[in-house]
Amino acid sequence: MNSPRLMDALWTVGTRDLLAALRHRADLLTTLVFFAIVASLFPLGVGSDTALLRLMGPGVVWVAALLASMLALTRLFASDYGDGTLEQLALSPHPLTLLVLAKTGAHWLASGLPLVIIAPLLGLQFDLNADAQLVLLASLLLGTPTLSLIGAVGAALTLGVRGGGALLSLLVLPLYVPVLIFGAGAVEASAAGLDAGAHLSLLGALLLVALVFAPWATAVSVRIAVE
Amino acid sequence: MTINWFRYSSPASFYPIAGALIPWFFSGAALLTIAGLYISFFIAPTDAQQGEAYRIIFIHVPAAWMSMFIYVVMAAWAGIGLAFNTRLSSMAASALAPTGAMMTFIALWTGSLWGKPMWGTWWVWDARLTSELILLFLYFGFMSLQAAIDDPRRADKAGAVIALVGVINVPIIYFSVKWWNTLHQGASVSLTRSPTMANTMLIGMLVMALAFWMYSIAVMLMRLRSIILERERNSDWVKTLKKQPS
Amino acid sequence: MLAIKNIECVRGERRLFSDLSFEAASHTLLEVRGPNGSGKTSLLRNLCGLLPPAAGIIEWRGNNIHMFADEYRSELAFLGHLSGVKDELTASENLRMSSVAAGLGASPDQIHAALVHFGLRDFRDSLCKALSQGQRRRVALARLCLSAARSLWILDEPFTALDAAALVVIKDLLESHLETGGTVVLTTHQEVAIAARVTRRVDLGQ
Repeated sequence: MNSPRLMDALWTVGTRDLLAALRHRADLLTTLVFFAIVASLFPLGVGSDTALLRLMGPGVVWVAALLASMLALTRLFASDYGDGTLEQLALSPHPLTLLVLAKTGAHWLASGLPLVIIAPLLGLQFDLNADAQLVLLASLLLGTPTLSLIGAVGAALTLGVRGGGALLSLLVLPLYVPVLIFGAGAVEASAAGLDAGAHLSLLGALLLVALVFAPWATAVSVRIAVE
Repeated sequence: MTINWFRYSSPASFYPIAGALIPWFFSGAALLTIAGLYISFFIAPTDAQQGEAYRIIFIHVPAAWMSMFIYVVMAAWAGIGLAFNTRLSSMAASALAPTGAMMTFIALWTGSLWGKPMWGTWWVWDARLTSELILLFLYFGFMSLQAAIDDPRRADKAGAVIALVGVINVPIIYFSVKWWNTLHQGASVSLTRSPTMANTMLIGMLVMALAFWMYSIAVMLMRLRSIILERERNSDWVKTLKKQPS
Repeated sequence: MLAIKNIECVRGERRLFSDLSFEAASHTLLEVRGPNGSGKTSLLRNLCGLLPPAAGIIEWRGNNIHMFADEYRSELAFLGHLSGVKDELTASENLRMSSVAAGLGASPDQIHAALVHFGLRDFRDSLCKALSQGQRRRVALARLCLSAARSLWILDEPFTALDAAALVVIKDLLESHLETGGTVVLTTHQEVAIAARVTRRVDLGQ
């Protein structure tokens, strides 16, 4: 298979998902509202003490982003699995690893990137300073693609399985721990006036590791699902 | 010389071998446990700083070792099953998971029991305990995924993928939790890094670890036999087995 | 040539078939028959490589299809129970995107011609969720118009939900594919007479 055709196929698979997401804007909105609600629940639970909220802010925004991105994961393969598109992809002569990578990329653009963009608004609720806000943006920008990549494995594994949604969270959330630690850690460090560079480098390293392993595992899982 | 390994990898021929091995591993486990407990309670000296309460490490540390070791072995068997389509290795992975989860739980429980007299709280967010907790979630994920899939072949393969993804992640999780722990200056419940660690303590822990190992193999083989019977219940050899008085 | 050698299929606890062997060369129409639950769909999924058989091997041009999966897939067109048609896209978007993803060339002219061929001229820019069951099936079948270069067509119940006009179109399409040296494997419950140089039947569930 020559490479222009492959690029064409990857581009088409990505744009197909973006187009479908665009025509289902309500889903995107649900994810964003969920993100905002989860983050807003914490002050209601622990009280409105500004000093405490400032301390908790980075962690809360990151946990909320993580949960929201997990909520969106079920949409990554479910409709393709239901209407037979996924088995057609599995039968494409193009490498399935790259096809699912294109799908994951489109999914991140449609559900991860909007989270990153509205995160500073939630940061304001927790009184993060300007530097911390910038680091929050950078950490989410580096971290949420990793969440989508790891989550794609779980989403493919739970296709057509009983209790898929709850099972997906059980599979995926423990794997999200390092991203959460370095992501929230970066913002905390910056809020405390320290350098967040090390955290961000580690987030970048996690993204690279996920880019190498996750699409492969996702492709294997998709093949298992369409058997 | 060529050995036909595949002869032993068929469930039908492995079933009787496993049956013959189980008593040996169980007796080994029993003897080593007696020896290990004797060392830990009567030979190992009282710790200067921690008093008698430290003796829980003779359970805690071997359990923690086994919990991680079993996860790696489980992922390896599952991976072999996925790569070579050998049913027995996938079954072995499924048979190991509950034992691994139990070891993880014991490590968490004894860690918490130890924390109460030492730190005055049942739970501290120490790096090791937190990693063990996440490991427990990984075991639960593996078992729940396999339980949720009806087709055994699909369950084997899906379990293998999540076990392999988990095994790549375990060191990353451990490292990140450690980093997080040092940054937040959490309580450090280092059970093993006691300066007064005597040789007899180390020997006690090693003997107990061997005992746990034997026990894990024995229980794994028993569970493996049940899995083989369950999956092969419609096959001819199980039907003839049923007719024989045991 | 597609060669099936002693394959066995197990789904869950049930052995659907075992020791099944047959061959299909070019110009051959292979009809898979059998009652519901006899494993027709599973056999077709075995043949296209989605479902590895529990035992036995499947060869295409003398190569095991699981060893030479990419080569095999570039000569294969499969249509399953599920059409692979997305509700959120229009008929022409669906056809273009599914063809490109499958590695087929799909120029706007070809897409247009294929949709017209299946009587979807007036629906090419309608979202597929607005189409009827039969019309969606036609969108899926239209991909076969672009798959002429793929030698092996594997079709699971291609005639369901189609009206008489669409039946004629698909019948002609299959006949011309067979005439030009293609191989067609299909399952059907309907009696549709398709002219082929060689017609073979595989009966499951006996």
